[in-house]
Amino acid sequence: MSHDLDPRAGLRETLPIVFSYFGICFAIGVIAQTNGFTPLLVLLLSLFVYAGSVQFVIIGLLASQSPILAIFGAAFLVNARIILMSLTVAPHFHEQKLWKNILMASLLTDETFALAMNKANYTGSKLTFRWFYPAALPPYLMMIGASMSGALLGRYIPDPEQLGLDFAIVAMFIGLVYLQLSADRTLDRRLQTIMVAIVFVFIYIGLIFIPANLLILVVTLVGCLLGVVLKHVFF
Amino acid sequence: MSSFEYTLVTIIGCGLITWLSRVLPFILLKKFTLSDRVLEFLSFVPIVIMSALWFSNLFTQDLGHLPRLNLENFLASVPTLISAIISKNLLVIVAVGIVSLAVIRVILA
Repeated sequence: MSHDLDPRAGLRETLPIVFSYFGICFAIGVIAQTNGFTPLLVLLLSLFVYAGSVQFVIIGLLASQSPILAIFGAAFLVNARIILMSLTVAPHFHEQKLWKNILMASLLTDETFALAMNKANYTGSKLTFRWFYPAALPPYLMMIGASMSGALLGRYIPDPEQLGLDFAIVAMFIGLVYLQLSADRTLDRRLQTIMVAIVFVFIYIGLIFIPANLLILVVTLVGCLLGVVLKHVFF
Repeated sequence: MSSFEYTLVTIIGCGLITWLSRVLPFILLKKFTLSDRVLEFLSFVPIVIMSALWFSNLFTQDLGHLPRLNLENFLASVPTLISAIISKNLLVIVAVGIVSLAVIRVILA
């Protein structure tokens, strides 16, 4: 991760996201196609709903004939963590133009958020449109292209998971966790390491009784709250 | 409504919900500032969310029962983490991750 906030750095630093989106978005295209989505509908799904978890919800709940309001509710809850990410990353941008802020926020995902927060560790916590937009647009284009490829080629690939590409996103989060630990100076490193351990326990226990696609949101809310308490009591 | 139109309405509705969830907080913060308490809470969001997204992939859910270990992802995480420590380069980490999982699937198969 460089200290530069220019478009070239953005394009370069987003490559891992672009590659890792290929696998998951291709898989979404395949799954949508096997659930009766035409390539046109897959294209519209990718264009309008830039959130893999929500796309899975839409495909799954439409297939099970859920009422439309239930799908809207699930879409909101599954993706509600993006509200926290949006609140967290926004103060790092000092961009005044409304349209630029809307363009940037529209391309915020788990991954572009994590990349931006890591980047902020190297730039004195400052982020710019010039860096973020070139970093955030290619993953969106990859998502559209890969899901379309999945929709068109899916019938020829019996089990896309076999390729191992689905692990790319997990690998990226492993890297991002490590980079966050080694570079973030706003929080004590020991406290951050303790938080990682706490999150592990929360995820394990939470999986017993909280549906997986809601768990991230619950763990984030409870985990951050506990983090604030720990910081005040021990650090 | 045809099934195409029904799906389209669902997509557009969900698209609007996800879009507003990212855009509204972002632009509201141009008008308002958050209290120190809230900012402190939010300072934990990156590390908590990133590790939650990792760990949730290490288990398979079985509601009402203990989660089962996803052995493939668990084992593949080890070389991936080592590559993170050595390289500090996301592209290398992602590549090592994909290759690790593929190799582990071959060994376990």
